[in-house]
Amino acid sequence: MEVKVATTLVEEIPQLDSMLASCREIAEDSDFATAKHWLEEHPQKKAIGCFPIYCPVELIHASGMLPLGIIGAGNQIEITHADSRFQSFVCSIVKSTLELGLTDRLKFLDGMLFHSICDPTRNLASVFQRNFPGLFVEYIHFPQNFASPLGRKYLETEYRRLLNRLQERSGYSPTPADLNRSISLYNRIRCALREIYRIRTETPHLLSAAESFVLVRAGTLMAPEDFLQILEKVLAEIPGRAARPKDRIRVVLEGSFCELPPLGLIETVEQAGCYIVEDDFLRGWRWFTEGVPIQENPLAALAESYSERAYYSGTKHDSRETKAAHLIRLCKEKKANAVIFQAAKFCEPALFDYALYRKALEAANIPHLLLEFEEKTWSFDRARSEAETFVESLLFD
Amino acid sequence: MAQSTAKTDYQGRIHNLQKDMIGRYYARLTAAAENRGEKAVYMLISGNPVELIEAFDMIPVYPEVNALQLAVKKQSLPLILAAEEMGYSTDNCAYVKADVGMYFAGRKTPFATIPEPDLLLCNYVGCNVYLQWFEHLQEYSKAPIYNLDVPFFRTKAIDPSEEDVSYVVKQLEDLVEILERMSGKKLDYQKLQRIVELSGETGALWSDIKRLAQRRPTPYDAYFDSVMMMAPLYCLRGTEDGLRFFQEAYKEMKQRADNHEGPLPEEKFRLVMEGPPPWPYLRQFRDMFSRWGAVAVASTYSTVGGIWEFGFRHDPQRPLESIARHMLQWNVCNRNFMQRYQQIKDYVDDWGADALVIHSVKSCRLFSAGQGDMREYFTKQLNVPTLLIESDIEDPRYFSEAQLRNRVDAFFEALEHQRMLVSK
Repeated sequence: MEVKVATTLVEEIPQLDSMLASCREIAEDSDFATAKHWLEEHPQKKAIGCFPIYCPVELIHASGMLPLGIIGAGNQIEITHADSRFQSFVCSIVKSTLELGLTDRLKFLDGMLFHSICDPTRNLASVFQRNFPGLFVEYIHFPQNFASPLGRKYLETEYRRLLNRLQERSGYSPTPADLNRSISLYNRIRCALREIYRIRTETPHLLSAAESFVLVRAGTLMAPEDFLQILEKVLAEIPGRAARPKDRIRVVLEGSFCELPPLGLIETVEQAGCYIVEDDFLRGWRWFTEGVPIQENPLAALAESYSERAYYSGTKHDSRETKAAHLIRLCKEKKANAVIFQAAKFCEPALFDYALYRKALEAANIPHLLLEFEEKTWSFDRARSEAETFVESLLFD
Repeated sequence: MAQSTAKTDYQGRIHNLQKDMIGRYYARLTAAAENRGEKAVYMLISGNPVELIEAFDMIPVYPEVNALQLAVKKQSLPLILAAEEMGYSTDNCAYVKADVGMYFAGRKTPFATIPEPDLLLCNYVGCNVYLQWFEHLQEYSKAPIYNLDVPFFRTKAIDPSEEDVSYVVKQLEDLVEILERMSGKKLDYQKLQRIVELSGETGALWSDIKRLAQRRPTPYDAYFDSVMMMAPLYCLRGTEDGLRFFQEAYKEMKQRADNHEGPLPEEKFRLVMEGPPPWPYLRQFRDMFSRWGAVAVASTYSTVGGIWEFGFRHDPQRPLESIARHMLQWNVCNRNFMQRYQQIKDYVDDWGADALVIHSVKSCRLFSAGQGDMREYFTKQLNVPTLLIESDIEDPRYFSEAQLRNRVDAFFEALEHQRMLVSK
């Protein structure tokens, strides 16, 4: 498959729809052609894959390497080898990511980073270590104690350990100024993404959730400098879009923070009559609710931001505000009529959250719908009829 | 050939002692539930600071132990179904579901009434479900929660880093402050030292007992009998009762070993067992192996709450640091898969095992997710005959007896056949 690379796309095809179409191609390309092309043009650079949810990409970037989102294989490949390593009750993304490795599709990477989001991922990191001995595999421990400042202080030491490991691999030891340059770059990207999400909350008819999804996903598969250019062009063009608001319900979508939902499913939910005004797709690549401060100690700034200025996530257990209370507050803030809980099949963290949320949403009288998916799903008839019935029950209530 | 066996579990003097002691522990729980007793601190089994809880005269409550007791007593299914009715998925850990079901059913069980938590102390030791579980209990009970964050043992270093140790120690100091506030009294450091000493001595005896399984025949089954001994190890660690139990247990096992007595009439196969047992069908499961003369000489599940057989001891001279090291390094839950492979390999080599049996349980993905890779490693790389079978730790719906028995029979037939060929 021929995929347009980001640089061409920025220079020659400024129209919003073509840009989004190209992003869609990049997002759906399990050959990682855009990233490979960039690496060919930058032969001194190495690429590091980041498994969901959040990865401190600045550390990789400042070490002179390219961070990429390795987030399963969608419905693009068949799982034939990974099934013998992970059982039938394990989610698809764990198996498809391993399958990418076992079928040599990740050979262009120099390393993979995993972290403590769930038990299968924890074990996947080890399985990667054993099966790909030449690959640099690291596992980040993100603290789960937010009640005490000890957690974020510890995270700073963890970032230092990771940075040391990365520089062993890259051969370059980044200075605080390097780190701050990377933080600034990713701050600009995250700021643009917050703007995209603000537009979707305030004027959801101007940009669909499926469109913003492919945009963010494509951004994880290219150089951040290129992505920033695309984002800036997209933001400049959105206000000029000819679109009128439709009679749809406003929903907050939760539960898709790791395994990526098929694009067709997001479109199905939207076509059924929903404006998805907030979601947790690829949340780790947007992560911070405001810019990471530029300061003398960049690792401390990143660690502090993780603890104090990051989005809620199903795998981050912040006892300062309960998850259910947080979701209900979010619905009010976003003026949402309902919550769609879209969880990956076998995803234990998301399915646990659902039980918690369901009880709280019912107590708060907020309608909700559970849709389970797998990245490899390609038929959405059932989801369509469930979503349509749900929307109808609200629109004509 | 498979034999029918009349008696496959060990019922010695310690069995009655255990019944008596655990009965007293449950009576304490009921007293706490009825506001006649100590403050209740909920904790998880693997790598926990129970020594500090005992030092403040509070009572540890282990939702995992309660859940497994419910399964053993065949009470778990209606509670699991009640939780699923609330919105929990069939894919969620059934320990959690049974516990939540029990919580909303008034916390009454056939063995005790479980008290409401005065503190939810989530010792996050490798298991991500722990965090979810206690988050839910917090939502339901509104009790205060403290997430004691234990960095995963994730590097290739032999020991966790000094940063890791000091991070856990500082959180233990936070915990001391919380317990001081709850109890209205200062930590008695000497008392803590004595409790840590008791844990150290208990661990040493447990280690000696495990080492006795290196004898031929092993005096007890290091899976089915070991998991029974986990109750006093976890519920009574750091108490005089706990120490006395393991003194008696060691004496009894040593005598059996010296007399060449094993749990079966003949020990034909020595196994390493990996993964938790199917609690609702423990007897049926055990019989599947006994009838082949197969005995476990080591098991990973019996190291969930601590690994002592490779030398770790709680140290009264450095109580908090040694508690921290136990939480970080010396329990199977906080170790990565590579370290677990090594642990199993050590068992196979040093305990003289003929085969590895992996019991994969859907509920506990920490244990099970990726065990196919483990089988690959042991069969293909190390040439250890390995059997991988599946059911569940808590949910009786996943135990398919005929299917399991077929797999087990086929495995031992092949092993027996292999032996015959070698001996010819």
